[in-house]
Amino acid sequence: MEIVLVGLNHRSASVEVREKVSFTNDQARQAAEELRARGILHETLVLSTCNRSEVYGVPPETSRESAAALSNYLSSFHSVQLELLCPSLYHHYDRHAVRHLFRVASGLDSMMLGEAEILGQVREAYRIAYEQGATGPVLNRLFQGALEVGKRVRSETELGTRPMSVASAGVKLAERIFGKLHERAALVLGAGMISEQVIAQLCDRNIARLFVMNRSQQRADDLARQFAGKVIAWDDWESALTLPDVIVSSVSAEEPVLMRAHLEKAMAARGNRPLFVMDLGVPRNVDPAGADLYNFYLYNIDDLTQIVQQNRSAREGEVPRAEVIVDEHVGKFLTWQASVEIIGVVEALRHKLKSERAEFVRERTDRIPSLTPEQRAQVESLIDDLLEKMLLDPARRLQGEKDLRRKIQQVEAIRELFLPDRER
Amino acid sequence: MNHLFFLLTLAAYLGSFAAYIGYLVAGRDWSGRLGSLLLAGGLVAHYFALLERSRGLHTVPYHDLSGSMSLFGWLLALTYLSLELFHRQRSVGAFVLPFVLTFFIFAQLSPPDRFAASPATGVIFAFHVTLSILAYAAFGLSCVLSLIYLAEQRLLHEHRVGDVVWRLPSLDLLDRMSQSSVLVGLISIAIGTAMGFVWVDRLTGNVWHYDPKYAVTLLVLVAYVFYLRLARNPSWRGARASQLCIFNFAIVIFSFTVVNLFFSHAHRYF
Repeated sequence: MEIVLVGLNHRSASVEVREKVSFTNDQARQAAEELRARGILHETLVLSTCNRSEVYGVPPETSRESAAALSNYLSSFHSVQLELLCPSLYHHYDRHAVRHLFRVASGLDSMMLGEAEILGQVREAYRIAYEQGATGPVLNRLFQGALEVGKRVRSETELGTRPMSVASAGVKLAERIFGKLHERAALVLGAGMISEQVIAQLCDRNIARLFVMNRSQQRADDLARQFAGKVIAWDDWESALTLPDVIVSSVSAEEPVLMRAHLEKAMAARGNRPLFVMDLGVPRNVDPAGADLYNFYLYNIDDLTQIVQQNRSAREGEVPRAEVIVDEHVGKFLTWQASVEIIGVVEALRHKLKSERAEFVRERTDRIPSLTPEQRAQVESLIDDLLEKMLLDPARRLQGEKDLRRKIQQVEAIRELFLPDRER
Repeated sequence: MNHLFFLLTLAAYLGSFAAYIGYLVAGRDWSGRLGSLLLAGGLVAHYFALLERSRGLHTVPYHDLSGSMSLFGWLLALTYLSLELFHRQRSVGAFVLPFVLTFFIFAQLSPPDRFAASPATGVIFAFHVTLSILAYAAFGLSCVLSLIYLAEQRLLHEHRVGDVVWRLPSLDLLDRMSQSSVLVGLISIAIGTAMGFVWVDRLTGNVWHYDPKYAVTLLVLVAYVFYLRLARNPSWRGARASQLCIFNFAIVIFSFTVVNLFFSHAHRYF
């Protein structure tokens, strides 16, 4: 029972190559079906995200032969030349494939260290393959283990807790001030890409109301429609400042749009309710002289970038702890795998001994014609008991062996000595 | 036995403090849960320590400074744990436990009672004192929460967002926790004071037996009602309300020390 992984990710392949080899859900189903139908893999799972495409499987032959077949399959499925694809592909087998998957699920292999999205993507890929019947006992156990380790790493370390982008850092700061945002309102000035990222984060946090203002009415309308927000005319910005708890500003302007006088007036009009402003404009949109107003919190893009850098270091500091958790789960999976192997090997050995016993007894008792059928049966039974007794103790010792490496070595030894023809 | 409960309480409170620190600094969830568990254990051991003390003295455990300090520490811990469970927020534990420990240890170290046992007995008196001390504990907790609020707000204003800030409660939650604590205090002090009047009436037959403590207690009541009212006003909510809460607690300390020592004979027990 081996595991093979063939794939590419953001480290091994450029975005152009990754684009060519990505799978939609339907393509993943199709690939899983074809790989099994062609006998390349017994069990299959395709994991495809914007940063990686990987095929996990349990092959009928040794995994190294299957890896070559998988690479060829990927090339033909996506109509990409093998010579172009091969330099970007990596192959992992058994323990290394298990470790790779567990690291992926934990966010340790992600472009943004510790990102949470990958766990959901692994879960979704597993769900699709499971419902299709493409997985079996090995991949089921493997991916259940991956989900478990992903959850454990996130709950026992701080790998995924700190915001790692300017947008998420800003939204997390808003939560520091207001707590949950589900009763809060946000006003977005300017409708550029970064505003969109912040709005997406705010919507993830269930912000109650969203207002959008932009010099271009069309762009404001598009953004508001996309995120179920309300457009406020650009000229109404003074009265608009009384509405939100959070303001996100990313307007292209040479001079600040919001001067201290405007802010003072706005804070007075809103009864000094706390206001958090993310000034993402370069040059700055908000007069920094307003920062000392009561209940007013102002962060510009440099402040947020610095927080992201601090968080990156903090996350990197959590990596050793996360790796320990991953190693623990890899050990657990391999122990399970070895146990299954032991049962299979012992059963195969028992079966072989029984069939050899049958031939052995027949050859020798044929030379003793005076043996009655009952006596022959007794002789067979005696030999069976002897063989069972001889197998019992070694099987128990094998199961009880705590050292995983030794266990695997013992299983391999039995296989090589007594079952040379047996498939892994 | 008293010594045993003292040691158990001290160990539990110290362990809880260490666990809360671990939760605040390193972010380990299990450390926070352990802190809460040990605090609950400490409360149980502390309760038995108070019970033992009262049995040993054949009187209520708070008739002297030592007892009242110990009871204050116990009620502070109880109020905090209740607030923690209600608001599901553990990160403040590391700031509250030092006060609990200080009062508990101070109670053990304070000199033995010089005065004869007070004639004060009975359920109504017991409720009067317990509720009054509960009120002080709740006001004390709101003071701690207000201090944390001001510190966190300053760190956010100065853009010093480090590990601890990410783990502290949000400013909004600190504000609400403080108001919850003050509400507990107000209800306790109102009922406790009413019980005090009933007890005085039963003891002396005169409910208007004047004591300067009444005026100061009324001042405390008004000050905190004022705080609650202002804390809901957007102009005051936040730093200003927190500063007022801290000032109000100064009045509470004044009431418990200066007033009790120099102005109120009936409330002088140390």
